[in-house]
Amino acid sequence: MIEVESIIKNYGSVVALDDVSFTVNEGEIVGFLGPNGAGKTTMMNIITGYLSSTSGTAKVCGIDVLEHPDEAKKKIGFLPEQPPLYNEMKVKEYLGFVYELKNCSLNRKEHLKEVMQVTKIYDVKDRVIGNLSKGYRQRVGIAQALVGNPPVIIFDEPTVGLDPKQIIEIRNLIRNLGKGHTVILSTHILSEVQSVCDRILIINEGKLIADEETRNLARVVEENRRFRAQICGPRREVENALRSVDGVVRADATGEKDGEAFTYILESSKGVDLRKPLFYMLAKNNWPLLGLEPVGMDLEDVFVKIMDEDEKRRAPAKRRGR
Amino acid sequence: MLAIYKKELRSYFTTPLGYVFAAVFLAVSGAVFGVFTVQARTSDVSTFCRMMILGYLVLLPLLTMRSFSEEKRLRTDQLIMTSPVSVTGVVMAKFLSALTVFAGCTLLTCLYYIPLSKYGNTNVPRAFGCLVAMLLVGMCFIAVGIFISTLTESQVAAAVGTMATLLVFVMISFFNGRINSYPVRRALSWLSVYSRFTNFTYGIFDFAALLYYLSVAAVFLFLAVRFVEKRRWA
Repeated sequence: MIEVESIIKNYGSVVALDDVSFTVNEGEIVGFLGPNGAGKTTMMNIITGYLSSTSGTAKVCGIDVLEHPDEAKKKIGFLPEQPPLYNEMKVKEYLGFVYELKNCSLNRKEHLKEVMQVTKIYDVKDRVIGNLSKGYRQRVGIAQALVGNPPVIIFDEPTVGLDPKQIIEIRNLIRNLGKGHTVILSTHILSEVQSVCDRILIINEGKLIADEETRNLARVVEENRRFRAQICGPRREVENALRSVDGVVRADATGEKDGEAFTYILESSKGVDLRKPLFYMLAKNNWPLLGLEPVGMDLEDVFVKIMDEDEKRRAPAKRRGR
Repeated sequence: MLAIYKKELRSYFTTPLGYVFAAVFLAVSGAVFGVFTVQARTSDVSTFCRMMILGYLVLLPLLTMRSFSEEKRLRTDQLIMTSPVSVTGVVMAKFLSALTVFAGCTLLTCLYYIPLSKYGNTNVPRAFGCLVAMLLVGMCFIAVGIFISTLTESQVAAAVGTMATLLVFVMISFFNGRINSYPVRRALSWLSVYSRFTNFTYGIFDFAALLYYLSVAAVFLFLAVRFVEKRRWA
């Protein structure tokens, strides 16, 4: 659906994208993840034809964006970082304008109504965009990207500046869009990718450093099994007792205290189930166990870890370069 | 392209800009007509035409200052440039919509000719020639304004920049006669937008002048297209 091949983009002497290649298949929701200034927006602008790359090709539905821009642009709905809204227009007028601009040939009235209902802006259709709240403006921006039912939809940071309820709504919306469209979204919020995307591309300093399915990624990096346990009892003694349990690699109190219970983080070596020996040991010592939950490595950790590894990998190369 | 044309035209009249422009334009033209035609007790409108064209120096930049600079500032250019329309189409749509508002106002000033022809002897070819001259020069000025608005994000900078550029064009016509070197004078006369239309005011349909104005407008619109495209390659 989208094929990006060895894209390089330089702004003067600054390298914004350095040899980035990936493909996105039909019906996938792919998250573009990276710290600020990593090149996410540049990448999206290149796919949508707003910017051109210094070298490399980007194809959408098999059409080269640079060679046949008009054809390629018809296949894409794009929500830029700042929604491109005309403040003096009414919502309905604006979407009508976008409809004409994209040269759509659908049933105009029904299609626009559907788009407004999907994005929940039908109630404000007669209001002037300049008077809408941030959340509504963002949704009008999303509606704009959906006009004309393009097979590929690209969102640049779609949930920035929204309140938690709106964020959940927008994520649900994006997840639903994934059923009929190919979606790329960029974000620096990891939980967003985790909850919405099938696949995740991590980009740092213009380089693609990971391309994995969301589930796999968390599993790949997860080496040890970790638990969070709340146990009543004297902290030092409990800690020592925990360390003596077979299979425990690490046991540390976090310092959190809930009544008489302290919280501990336990790590077991691979393939060992800690839970039973833990229970018997605590029962024997008469230390009640108030809570025990597994701690998966979340994407936050994954991200930091991958970035570290990437830097380590690059550091010797740099030294050699000098 | 039609969508952008319609949107531009509508936005002139959903924001105060269109009304302010029309009001100031008609007030200025009324005053100029009153002073240089009615009070001068003449039915010759060539002075009116010349004075109005000087007025365009200030008026027309107001019409074009917003066109690309505002899109860039509000980032709405991202919508337009990622839609299936060519850059040439966008530039033409913006040019034509500004031209429509300007031509509409100019045609309204034709109403002044009605009482004039009733109480004086209007030379119809000359009056018509003046109208064509005003439209042609205005068209060039709008093309310059559109071009300059592609250079900046600030409306004010676009307006002032356009005024300054147009002023240079007009000054060339005024000072050109004082230059001794013939080749320089000859070269500069190619830029003298303000003197080319003289034949029209005599009631002569000057085909060369028509071509001249069309090509000046085309050159600036072409530059506008190139500068908008260049932004993609930045």
